[in-house]
Amino acid sequence: MSQPTLTSTGQAVPLPEGLPGIVADWSSDQRAFKRVPWGKAMMWIFLLSDTFIFSCFLISYMTVRMSTTEPWPNPSEVFSLTLWGAKIPLILIAIMTFVLISSSGTMAMAVNYGYRKDRTKTFVLLLLTAAMGATFVGMQAFEWTKLIVDEGVRPWSNPLGAAQFGSTFFMITGFHGTHVSIGVIFLIIVAIKVLRGDLDRQTPGFLTGRKGNYEIVEIMGLYWHFVDLVWVFIFAFFYLW
Amino acid sequence: MAHAEGQQHPIGIYLKIWGLLFVLSTASYLVDYFHLQGYLRWTLIVVLMLLKAGLIVAVFMHMLWERLALLYVIVVPPVLLLVLLGIGALEADYTFLTRAVFFVQRLL
Repeated sequence: MSQPTLTSTGQAVPLPEGLPGIVADWSSDQRAFKRVPWGKAMMWIFLLSDTFIFSCFLISYMTVRMSTTEPWPNPSEVFSLTLWGAKIPLILIAIMTFVLISSSGTMAMAVNYGYRKDRTKTFVLLLLTAAMGATFVGMQAFEWTKLIVDEGVRPWSNPLGAAQFGSTFFMITGFHGTHVSIGVIFLIIVAIKVLRGDLDRQTPGFLTGRKGNYEIVEIMGLYWHFVDLVWVFIFAFFYLW
Repeated sequence: MAHAEGQQHPIGIYLKIWGLLFVLSTASYLVDYFHLQGYLRWTLIVVLMLLKAGLIVAVFMHMLWERLALLYVIVVPPVLLLVLLGIGALEADYTFLTRAVFFVQRLL
């Protein structure tokens, strides 16, 4: 069970809000992030660093796209699919976006049911999230195959126009796909922990040895929503721009 | 107080945000579908993107209910990226200019 704030006053001290709250939190000679388990604060710090990594990729992409003298391939056409005899622009990417957003929705609900100690619902929702993540990666594999095999796009050249299209595409979507794949693996691990009741019994984790609790579902959720968040930016800047 | 640190909110808010994200995603897809071009396209893309990102961070990631000490630590540093964005744009313009000059000279 979680502990009340550790002070000698016998009960939790009320925390000021607003700017005085920031000053009070940082000058308290205790942990600075109140009401947040340290694991969650550390996940946020990691996500901040990951934000900078993805931003470096996207800004590099902007730089090479702005500076190339070759025409940039039109993503709307490159990622179109012929469905039922009609060519629909960018449809594959749109479906991938909806799949990832839906997985974020189920993840948010898994966190909620986790804190309510509803093990079955949390497990099912986590597994559903993982399934949608795997679907996303599968569709990405399909997209890569189509581009590499059918269109002849390579990281160093491509027949559609600027060579930089291939390099930035494989770099950015590859890195994002790796994040999704790692997320799917961890979702399955957390789902199994939830189903077995490890989090209720506070069983130590096999990797960290930390006592199990439902905060890890929320921390997992932060990572998963971040993956969705990055996709929002990739979708806007790479596929729609 | 059991679970003073957990985030507990009604399920309904997640479903509403989920629906809103679907609407916003559909809107950004339609920007491409209807072949909007130029500043209208870019403005719509960026606005829809920021709205979606904001909703995800604020509600799904619970930033709305965190204390400001954490919020500022996470949200303020990425603003620095605008500087990198500016430097990248300057550099790109310069590279494009030199390339254009070089390729034109080669043609002559």
